[in-house]
Amino acid sequence: MSDTVTLTINGRSITVPRQTTILDAARQLGIDIPVICYHPHLTANGLCRVCSVEAGGRTQAAACVTACAEGMVVQTDSEPVRYGRRTILEMLAATVNLAEAPEILALIAEYGADAARFPDAVQRESPIHDDNPFYLRDYNQCINCWRCVQVCANDAQFAFALNFDHRGYFTTIGTFMGDGLMDTTCVFCGQCVGVCPTGALKPKRQALLEQGVDPDDIFYQTRQKRKRKP
Amino acid sequence: MEATSTHAIDLTLLESVLVRYYGRSRSALLPLLHEAQAIYGWLPREVQEAVSRTLRVPLADVHGVVEFYAMFYNEPTARRVVRVCEDIACTLRGADAVAQAIEAELGLQPGETSADGRVTYERVPCLGMCEHAPNGLNGTRLAGDLTATAVPDFLAGVHPEPEPKIYGTPLLKLGRIGKMDPLSFKDYLAHDGYVGLRRVMQYTPEQIIQIMESSAILGRGGAMFPIGLKWKFTRGAPGTPAEKHIVANADESEPGTFKDRAILEGDPYSLIEAMSMAAYVVGAENGWIFVRGEYPRAYERLCHAVQRAQEEGYLGRNMLGRQGFHFNIEVRLGAGAYICGEETALFEAIEGKRGFPRIKPPFPTTNGLFQQPTAINNVETLVAALTVARIGVDEWLRFGTDESAGTKWFCLSGHIQRPGLYELPFGVSIRELIQMGGGVRPGKHIQAVLIGGAAGAFIGPEQLDAPLTYEGARQHGFPIGSGVVMVLDETADMRRILYKLSHFFAHESCGKCFPCQIGTQRQMEILQRISHDGGPRPGDRAALMDIGFTMTQTSLCGLGQTAASAIMSAIQLWPELVG
Repeated sequence: MSDTVTLTINGRSITVPRQTTILDAARQLGIDIPVICYHPHLTANGLCRVCSVEAGGRTQAAACVTACAEGMVVQTDSEPVRYGRRTILEMLAATVNLAEAPEILALIAEYGADAARFPDAVQRESPIHDDNPFYLRDYNQCINCWRCVQVCANDAQFAFALNFDHRGYFTTIGTFMGDGLMDTTCVFCGQCVGVCPTGALKPKRQALLEQGVDPDDIFYQTRQKRKRKP
Repeated sequence: MEATSTHAIDLTLLESVLVRYYGRSRSALLPLLHEAQAIYGWLPREVQEAVSRTLRVPLADVHGVVEFYAMFYNEPTARRVVRVCEDIACTLRGADAVAQAIEAELGLQPGETSADGRVTYERVPCLGMCEHAPNGLNGTRLAGDLTATAVPDFLAGVHPEPEPKIYGTPLLKLGRIGKMDPLSFKDYLAHDGYVGLRRVMQYTPEQIIQIMESSAILGRGGAMFPIGLKWKFTRGAPGTPAEKHIVANADESEPGTFKDRAILEGDPYSLIEAMSMAAYVVGAENGWIFVRGEYPRAYERLCHAVQRAQEEGYLGRNMLGRQGFHFNIEVRLGAGAYICGEETALFEAIEGKRGFPRIKPPFPTTNGLFQQPTAINNVETLVAALTVARIGVDEWLRFGTDESAGTKWFCLSGHIQRPGLYELPFGVSIRELIQMGGGVRPGKHIQAVLIGGAAGAFIGPEQLDAPLTYEGARQHGFPIGSGVVMVLDETADMRRILYKLSHFFAHESCGKCFPCQIGTQRQMEILQRISHDGGPRPGDRAALMDIGFTMTQTSLCGLGQTAASAIMSAIQLWPELVG
């Protein structure tokens, strides 16, 4: 079996090592496939499906998790592909607050998605979790990309503080029995904040600055009080 | 998610359970949670912490699992849960009136627990007893053919337990049900038990694979994958027998489907024999039966049957007197998640995780349970293979058509005089099946028939002569699916039925991929308004078709890919429903 495969993407031929994803092969050709949940340093799970492309199958294929195959013919920007992407974006816009997700807002504009398409939509709502001195969790802005759960677990930190509440549409990120992060195995490494694409996780300092709080006050509000030995 | 204990939790009650789980891995999580919940009725914080320590599973992960499965509770819940089905087959036969009578009798709304903490009441998705609609569960006691007047008996636990209703000819696969004691191993042997397995054990595994390939058995859970190929691939995958698995998918949850329950409850040894044959062919030592949490009687009988087969030397090491033939079976109980009928989500459930389907490829034949080679088959498929072993492939091929060989179980329900499980050769038309079932009530006429399940398609009365074969289904644009044939006469409120279907999928979407997670919800919101919350508006049809296209084309697994199919088929047949 050859170590490489040759396929065509949007009519252009390319030879890549076996197991290369369609997403990576397209990027080598300078073809941009949009992504939302995908992060180059994390396990790709094919969640958002915005990277779906036509690849000769019965259904479209998520480019971030589909390996290139010999003779595959891929269309990354056909009308059915754009149709699916547009609808996913329209549905997502009716789900959570995307005001601080500039990449997604740019995609909505690019694909002509109508953010007001679904007037019946019940939004996913959640209280803002302000339970530690380091960062805020506002799941009204969370799209369930799983990045924070993954970095907290096997993809980076092995802290296992985060998992999920509920299932289906009302899935949110949660801790054991809703405990505040100070009472969990969270080590406040900040990696979840670093990979959050929508502003759902935000350093407390940044949030307070945005609210116009004086930097000196922020220092007093967020500093760790040392526990002195008696 | 805040759950506050109203009284102290006595953890000593749990100790005798925990000692049996020390040293076991995460894959014991669901069984341990089931056992713990049987003690407390729910899973208080202290209990989850003890489970976490015992199996060394992170607390947050235990929590995520409890949250995922509908039958695990992290809020105070009674030991006895009364569940009444709210899905379409039961709705067509008066489930609303029954539910209202239960609510009046108990003084509870869905999701509530009585003040004395003794009973919790729920409306739940299809319970797989559609031939006895409307139906429910009182704790672990099954109840069918409920009426408002039968509710006191139902709640008192004295309403008769329903038995599977079997019809059709030839009963190649269902013949023993009702004619033997499903608990008696001796009775099974007296009814041609182990004739099939002993017969094929004269052949090599390769020869049996050839027999199965010529029998043309396709997966009968709905995916239609050829069993011969699946066994061949799994046999050929790298790995020792100790590293390979046979899994029976008994997570039958497709609304309108009640076929596998008949075997699980009425002829459990046949599934064990069929899996043993699969193990012999594939070269696998590990067997798993994953049965849905809503089938308590099936679970109990399967556990009993596995134990009896072990005692009789028909499971275990060197079984059936054959040196080197080792195979054992563990029965696993689901906990209320339709998605776990998806094969990779089922693996995740056995592994003690949330039932999220995996990305395919890689496929189960190489990367299945515990990432090891796995042959996972639907119950009916396994029993069909065993039937071929018992009667021979020539006899099998006398039934059905060239492309659709043998017999198939059809789940006939809804507005039909004689609902039940019909075993028939492929090729019978939908009209003939409905006639066998006594037709609709006198003076009524057929409005629509749902074929293949909630993930199937509607047809109108003009298509009733379509044959029930794979090729006929393809030609007429409906799937055979799990064999559902649900009849709706003109009294059915189609808008309400479509809403019910959409509600089912929104409830059962796992939440992994965006198109299904969000699409099932958006679909339900629109159909809810159309059905009973304001009526249709311009643009609804286009919106539903856009959602349907997107879910079908871009969802990660089969649930999302089919969550709009029945609804879109109805919109195409009867556009006035949504506009």
